Amino acid sequence: MSGLPADPSGPGRPESLPATAQTGGARRMTDWDPDALDTDEMILQMGPQHPATHGVLRVELRTDGEIVKAARPHIGYLHRCFEKHCENVDYPGVMPYADRMDYCAAMGNTLGFALAVEKLHAIQVSPYVDTVRVIMAELQRIASHILAVGTYTMDIGAFTPFLHLVRDREKILDLFEWTCGARLLYNYNWVGGVSHDLPDGFVKATRDLLREFDAVTFPEFLDLIIHNRIFVKRLSHVGVCSPELAIFHDLTGPNLRGSGVKRDLRKDAPYCGYETYDFDVCVGTGQYGPVGSCFDRNWVRVLEMRESSRILHQALDRLEKMERTDVHEKVPKRVKPPKGEVYFRSEAPRGQLGYYVVSDGNVNPYRVKVKSPCFTAMSAFHHLAKGLMIADIIALIGSLDIVLGEIDR
Amino acid sequence: MDARAIHEKLVARFEEKVTGAGLEAASPFTVVAADAIAEVAAFCKADPALAFDNLMCLSGVDYPKEAPPRMEVVYHLYSYEHLHTFALKVHVPRENPAVPTVEKTWGVANWHEREAWDLLGIAFTGHSDPRRILLPDDWEGHPLRKDWQDPEYYNGLHVKPTQQMAERALAGEAIGVGPFDFTPPNMHVEEK
Repeated sequence: MSGLPADPSGPGRPESLPATAQTGGARRMTDWDPDALDTDEMILQMGPQHPATHGVLRVELRTDGEIVKAARPHIGYLHRCFEKHCENVDYPGVMPYADRMDYCAAMGNTLGFALAVEKLHAIQVSPYVDTVRVIMAELQRIASHILAVGTYTMDIGAFTPFLHLVRDREKILDLFEWTCGARLLYNYNWVGGVSHDLPDGFVKATRDLLREFDAVTFPEFLDLIIHNRIFVKRLSHVGVCSPELAIFHDLTGPNLRGSGVKRDLRKDAPYCGYETYDFDVCVGTGQYGPVGSCFDRNWVRVLEMRESSRILHQALDRLEKMERTDVHEKVPKRVKPPKGEVYFRSEAPRGQLGYYVVSDGNVNPYRVKVKSPCFTAMSAFHHLAKGLMIADIIALIGSLDIVLGEIDR
Repeated sequence: MDARAIHEKLVARFEEKVTGAGLEAASPFTVVAADAIAEVAAFCKADPALAFDNLMCLSGVDYPKEAPPRMEVVYHLYSYEHLHTFALKVHVPRENPAVPTVEKTWGVANWHEREAWDLLGIAFTGHSDPRRILLPDDWEGHPLRKDWQDPEYYNGLHVKPTQQMAERALAGEAIGVGPFDFTPPNMHVEEK
């Protein structure tokens, strides 16, 4: 591999295969060559338009009957040049683009970017704004996990739980809509504040929601899915990821905790005052099979929803006692951080979301690089998929809870 | 360990291979010679006091206006054992930049390095799977470089507006589908 070789034939290259730049057009003999297949083997393209790949993901499977001998994911179908866009808009202009990365958990994306720029800009927001951000982030976490586990049950063949869960997610989206007018892509967290203050009655409405969540939704969740014998038997031995592999391939969030590693950025590197809340970090225990199975990852997600509910109760209590401040108080007229760079990570619903922001003292970011938790989770996929059945591949992809918008950015 | 102690440990072990540092930055970093990065990475992971078992992020950055012009590869490290973070940086020239791969140390680097090659054209020597990752396989060039120009053609299709098209548009000619008409179909009034 050496640099970009000159291509003599140029763009008008009719019948030859598209030459990859780095190999200089030479086809290498790999596992993926048709000539390298054994007699009973077949290469199967799963996706990109496949309902169970959670977006436009193409997975190349080398199969022997129903057994997957090797898998190779191909991403990039949803690449929208997020990082290039960032260099051409100002800092507040990045927010709507950041929303669109992980469109199932947009609050978490903008929160990470806002905190990164605030660190660069040395802005300290008021405790009121911090509490509002925590409330929004945790509501978003519940909504995101609801969608993750709900669609997961649909992937493995149960349709009813999805309908129940999406009904409950809808109530959270209603709260978001009431607050900032948007249901999915909010542009809510700004550099130095949030876009709208909470409406009057928000605390009561959220309490009503949580009362129902704690008493009805969560127990129903456990009865319908997690303690369901079929669900447990189907998943507790599938897609086992060891803690070493999880750290080696940088699985984060529920995927890492599903492997039994008790690490959560809200505890280890707290932001927004998370250190003052009382909650537990849930980990997979392997009670029905090996630790780190597809079941454990979902188990962690479900338990995390209860912890989010606990955080929300505490945050709402504080909010009632707290004096309201102007949520735009610290929003700079012109976001122009001094020259420098920062790497900031936060615990988004899908794992550690990192922003590497380089500023050259201008109104536009010089460079923004996103460490997406789904991207790194997908990079371990070929390890986990080896030796599974084709039907288990679906279960594995769903349990990693990927959103292609964030992988491809 | 704090950033200064980590830096001093690296200086003591690698001496002249450590070429700079930014310990006062918001995310402190040490600059390492490009040819030594694989060893430094392996050391950072294996040393029990550092124990950087996790590569959080690997980014390429293009600095054409620095003297001399350079590209940087930035490795953000994290230790799940000690919960400390640090960053390593490598400076490479803008022409044919090449850095040894660290995928043996942190598996996740495989995809991050493919992305850095894809978008910035930084080659990683010894990489096991040097393909593009986000852009199409037949894409030419590396768009996150600061001197990137949008191509005129892609696969024989004209993808960039020409001067001639701009002039026609300015003269009021409707090109393509725009300008959009948002009147509902049943509200159109027949022109007389």
